[in-house]
Amino acid sequence: MFLAQSSPFLKPGLSVSKMMTVVTLLMLPGIVTSTYIFGYGVLVNIILAIIFALAFEATILYLRKRPVAIYLNDKSALLTAVIIGVALPPLAPWWLTFIGLFFAIVIAKQLYGGLGYNTFNPAMVAYAILLISFPAEMTTYWQTPAMLAAQFDGQTLTLLETLNFQLFGQLPAGMTIDALTSATPLDIVRTSVLNGSATIDEIHTEGHAFGQFGGMGSEWVNLAFLAGGLFIMKKGLISWHIPLSLLATLGFLSLLFGSFELDSNPSPLFHFFSGATMLGAFFIATDPVTAPTTPKGRIFYGAGIGALIYIIRTWGGYPDAIAFAVLLMNMSAPLLDYYTQPRVYGHKADERDNEASS
Amino acid sequence: MPITETESAAEDISTEETKPSFIEEYAPIAKDGLWNNNAVFAQMLGLCPLLAVSNTVINALGLGIATMMVLIISNMSVSLIRNIVRSEIRLPVFVVIIASAVTAIELVIHAWFHELYLVLGIFIPLIVTNCAIIARAEAFASKNTLGKSFFDGLMMGLGFTLVLVALGTLREVIGMGTVFANAHIMFGDGMQWMTIEVFPNYEGFLLAILPPGAFIGLAFLLAARNYINQKQQEKNKNQKQQALNLEASAV
Repeated sequence: MFLAQSSPFLKPGLSVSKMMTVVTLLMLPGIVTSTYIFGYGVLVNIILAIIFALAFEATILYLRKRPVAIYLNDKSALLTAVIIGVALPPLAPWWLTFIGLFFAIVIAKQLYGGLGYNTFNPAMVAYAILLISFPAEMTTYWQTPAMLAAQFDGQTLTLLETLNFQLFGQLPAGMTIDALTSATPLDIVRTSVLNGSATIDEIHTEGHAFGQFGGMGSEWVNLAFLAGGLFIMKKGLISWHIPLSLLATLGFLSLLFGSFELDSNPSPLFHFFSGATMLGAFFIATDPVTAPTTPKGRIFYGAGIGALIYIIRTWGGYPDAIAFAVLLMNMSAPLLDYYTQPRVYGHKADERDNEASS
Repeated sequence: MPITETESAAEDISTEETKPSFIEEYAPIAKDGLWNNNAVFAQMLGLCPLLAVSNTVINALGLGIATMMVLIISNMSVSLIRNIVRSEIRLPVFVVIIASAVTAIELVIHAWFHELYLVLGIFIPLIVTNCAIIARAEAFASKNTLGKSFFDGLMMGLGFTLVLVALGTLREVIGMGTVFANAHIMFGDGMQWMTIEVFPNYEGFLLAILPPGAFIGLAFLLAARNYINQKQQEKNKNQKQQALNLEASAV
């Protein structure tokens, strides 16, 4: 018995809207873990970011005389908003989110022509602009991770207190922002290594920066994003090329330099599981609009991001580097696409070179 | 005697019939310099100093006025010698004139506005590389009379200064929340009161002061200019259409 089936036989791919929804949903494990570790500020950031993103998107679509409902429904603004919400420091004041979303949606996305036309990843444009413009807020408003706070008797905020601080800048009586926050693992490692004030071993024994295997606190967030990322890969929404080449390059470089100078270079595991590595590798660098489209191009692209992350983290001016690395490689994506076009069936591999030279 | 009579008579006729009035002659130059053919908006010349120095209003004003002075001097000099210099060697001659003018202006600023000189730094000597200046010498001053060339230099310089100041205001307000900060380096210590705090207790938006802010700001100014031009064109089209309709209905 054969099952009779009429045409069309090709299964349709996921629509943009559905794909964006699935990717956003698969960020949930990371979001939940992040909220557990860094407090309710993460959730407040995400909700504020979604509200601002939809408002900006609707306004600018109206100004550009595009059908608002159709374009809002593609949910790309939603994904951008969630990524920015997770990436911002958990105690970020509301105006930081507002300015970030303005640059992401209005300037980096819609002024370039909307979804599919933007050269640069909108979320990372927003992050880079905020980091350059407001370095104090962007680097010091990281709430102390829950496990560290419990260990050292630190203070935490309830949901209402968090809202009150983020919207109105008011802390409960007797609390200071310095008591609530602490430097991130990447920041601690970078400043002590730069100053030469402590070796990796000494930081280890202090117990503020290193957790079980990665950065204190952020290791679990990264693990959750890794799980979500592997799941979208399994669903076929992203290919393996970018995440794998990114992580392989980052791991190789940290292993290489770590084997020369063990005192001042943290292990590959620390690089994998601290900062925004997994979020960047699976959810940010794989953005189909701003990444190359050819398999070979994607491998170069991922490797470039991985190398830049290691370079900026180790010798650059900022503790983490996902935004700058992704933006720099976004610029080279068209070039990578041009030079890695696969051979078209029926043509010789070097056909284009001959055409160019003749 | 009779020859001169006929000559002067012929001249009289020509002045009566073809010589346009003062306003008709100079208004297009002003309009070109300030809007239609603005050095920045239309010709996209002199962008390097524009982007580098427009971080505050005072810096912008300083460089704008210096550029305007150079433009006026070079335009007038080129216009004076336009009939003497052979066209084969005109460009080197123009460059020498412009370089001398820039050197003179630089010495003036160094002597009387020393603090402004320190702030603007390398961008004063770099006025010599501003393409707007040699473009005006070549395109206008070498073909027109002294008066017209002076006026063209004034208007082109004014147009450049206005864009610089507009961009400077935009960046200073967004970046630092003030207008006319450091006014004393240009107008003397008595003018400190000119500094206006637009937003009190403003924490600053660093991006606007940094080079990316200059590019984004210039892009917005250009977009605004294009938008206004587009509206103008649509309006003209509609008016023409209406006039045609009226004629048609009259017929």
